[in-house]
Amino acid sequence: MAAFGSFALLIALALAAYNLLAGALALRWIATGQPAAISPERLADTARRAGIAVFIAVTAAAFALIWSVFTNDFSITYIMEHSNRALPGAYKFSALWSGQEGSLLLWAWLLGTYGFVLRLTHKTDVKLYAYAGTILAGVQVFFLAILCFAAPPFALYQGAIPDDGNGLNPLLQYPEMVIHPPMLYLGYVGFSVPFAFALGALMMRYPGEKWIKVTRIWTMVTWLFLTAGIFLGMHWAYAVLGWGGYWGWDPVENASFMPWLTGTAFLHSVMMQEKKGMMKSWNVWLIFSTFLLTLLGTLLTRAGLVSSVHAFAQSSIGTWFVVFMGIVLAVCIFTYILQRSHLKSEHHLESLVSRESSFLFNNLVLLTACFVILWGTLFPVISEYVVGNKVTVGAPFYNRVAIPIGIFLLLLTGVGPLLPWRAASFKSIRRNFVLPVITFWVTAIVCLVAGVRPWQDGALDQGNFYALVAFSVSVAVLTAIFSEFIRGAGVISRQTGKNIFAATWLLTRRNTRRYGGYIIHIGVVIVVIGLAGSAFDRNTESELALHDKMTIGPYTLECVGFTQDSNLNYNSEYALLDVYKGGKKQFQMTPEKRVYLITGQPQTMVAIHSIPSWDLYVVYEGTNPDTGQPIIKAILNPLVGWIWAGLVVLVFGTLVALVPSLSPSTASLRVPARAAPSEPALKGGRP
Amino acid sequence: MKRLSFWIKTTQAALLAIAVCFSLGATDAGSRYTDLNHRLMCTCGCAEILGECNHVGCPNSAGELDELRTGIANGQSNQQILDSFVGKYGAIVLAAPTGHGFDVVAWIAPFAVFAAALLGTILLVRRWSVGRTQAVAADTSTMDPAERERREQIRRETGDGGF
Repeated sequence: MAAFGSFALLIALALAAYNLLAGALALRWIATGQPAAISPERLADTARRAGIAVFIAVTAAAFALIWSVFTNDFSITYIMEHSNRALPGAYKFSALWSGQEGSLLLWAWLLGTYGFVLRLTHKTDVKLYAYAGTILAGVQVFFLAILCFAAPPFALYQGAIPDDGNGLNPLLQYPEMVIHPPMLYLGYVGFSVPFAFALGALMMRYPGEKWIKVTRIWTMVTWLFLTAGIFLGMHWAYAVLGWGGYWGWDPVENASFMPWLTGTAFLHSVMMQEKKGMMKSWNVWLIFSTFLLTLLGTLLTRAGLVSSVHAFAQSSIGTWFVVFMGIVLAVCIFTYILQRSHLKSEHHLESLVSRESSFLFNNLVLLTACFVILWGTLFPVISEYVVGNKVTVGAPFYNRVAIPIGIFLLLLTGVGPLLPWRAASFKSIRRNFVLPVITFWVTAIVCLVAGVRPWQDGALDQGNFYALVAFSVSVAVLTAIFSEFIRGAGVISRQTGKNIFAATWLLTRRNTRRYGGYIIHIGVVIVVIGLAGSAFDRNTESELALHDKMTIGPYTLECVGFTQDSNLNYNSEYALLDVYKGGKKQFQMTPEKRVYLITGQPQTMVAIHSIPSWDLYVVYEGTNPDTGQPIIKAILNPLVGWIWAGLVVLVFGTLVALVPSLSPSTASLRVPARAAPSEPALKGGRP
Repeated sequence: MKRLSFWIKTTQAALLAIAVCFSLGATDAGSRYTDLNHRLMCTCGCAEILGECNHVGCPNSAGELDELRTGIANGQSNQQILDSFVGKYGAIVLAAPTGHGFDVVAWIAPFAVFAAALLGTILLVRRWSVGRTQAVAADTSTMDPAERERREQIRRETGDGGF
């Protein structure tokens, strides 16, 4: 199977190279009108078919690797290092992305899949798709070349073949790890498609903005995958790492967040190009940057450029990525300089206070956030290079710098939709903003009364202050969004006589993109409320002997037993904790600690009881070696559930935005005129 | 003018309310231990904040926390405690760059970039809007009075010029 997989990759590389060269040649001939021995259209079609064949060849290679995992073929080094016989079936799939070679193969396969769909739907616009397909082939050549020459997944194990493998990293043996990396990769790889369309459209001086309409679904689906991937990663960190948080500003987390920020900026500013022919250069560079940031993310993950908890996938292929990023950047700059006259804006902004400028400021803030994260991620390297002194850039830096930017962005989320296009008058501002401003202040006062005070022990409490502002802005933004729904639904209700809910549904269906976008904003606000809750975390840690108790918030935890379990993969220890509230037993929690047999590595399995107001998060930290008593850590995490609920709303909003809008019901119909009734007919007689 | 003074007064009231909120209930007691253990990193390589490190059998965090408690008990200032940690473990023990030397660049750069981008955007939009106003003025000066009146009427009726 190793030979089959290796040959499949080599064939895929040859086919991708043919796709790139033949496609480029054919497009060159078509563009210059040069006479050629073979019809350029036919040559371009062979290139397209080669691209389809790449997908089949890479699928065969991926199948070969999965087959090898399931058949415990430890003659392949990758399988030996990332799997073992006792590994459960679902996690054998995750072996595909648990190491560098496998995850690069996953990347190549997903790129092949996206390319396959793109090439099958080429009739939408044959020439544009030919350009995009050829550019995608260029990206595919890079990944396949790495797989064939720098990080081969089918390399054979040197020496006597062991009976069993090293097993999968315990951190990855968690259900979400079966879907989090593929989701993230679907997002990363997916941005190659809008990148290819943008670069292709620029190369061919594509007339109009149709390429944006063509790529809109691609971009949104990709963005959705990346969003879901990031949140799944957060949930995994929350449920597995056992420190009670979900976002540690780790360089690899940051690497996934940066393309999300630029991709989000692109999704907003592209509307300006579609509607008003503005910001064309800006949009092209946004999508170029997004693609480059996905490569940078992979570089950070794989090359060990910065230290990270994601160290399980480091290697020396960084040079390949640096060179490829350099080539991509050079191609982008060269094409832009050559074709920049094609990107002249058709309109300019007319006022600082308008929907257009809110999009511009939204982009500005998103890109500043991206810069802050990139800067924080790379500053240790820069500092070491400049002054020879490595420093840490951790959560306190990001909390101080990124949170204010985030709150400003949240504010724009509410302000933007309330501003009219072109220019806003004082009257319209007052009309639209009175209610949100009132709710802002009411919320702030209610929070202060409820105890959310931005001071603690005589000093400014940064966490509480940001939470207070975040809650107040969130409620104001929700008010703004709901008032938009209610205003529109009210008009429809008056016109059609439908009730307000049916009218809201109709309103959303008539402009799914706009109202889907608002639902996404609601999701973002819910997520922010959940994040703000972290300012009020409480935790306690205690050694618990049998029937000992510990208290956190309204809960009392009583230890009622300890037990052990074992299977072929790991040994585990549990604590059985009865949880009381108001003196009444509510439920039982069983935090667990596993020790994996093959690696000897320990792993916590946190017990979480989640309700809308908070999560009770309990960690079994092991036993005190001096006393032999188990150590239990309990954390009360307010509002964490809102983060995951926000994701659901966000996904729903994106799906709504992807659905085509209903045709306007007020569209005029051409009805053939009937002959005027004759005089006798009017009088009741026969015509 | 009346409108302007209304908004100025509203803003003043809001700022006053914020100032009152901040001053209410302030006391001198501090929780230095929590503050400091969130400004330091665990040095075992887990890349976690010292106060949040919960590794099973972490070889370093308990010792570091003891050092911190001792420093506070001995009456050392926050800066002295942080300096002693840096002296022992190196600058990577601090969870964020300091406010001295090259570290200052880490703090300044994000705000400088944001301010520059904001200023650039405002200037650009203003230039565009001024250019447009001049173009419109030039356009309307040669316009038929009836057409100009019609445009004015449209502006009045659409209120804010939106569509």
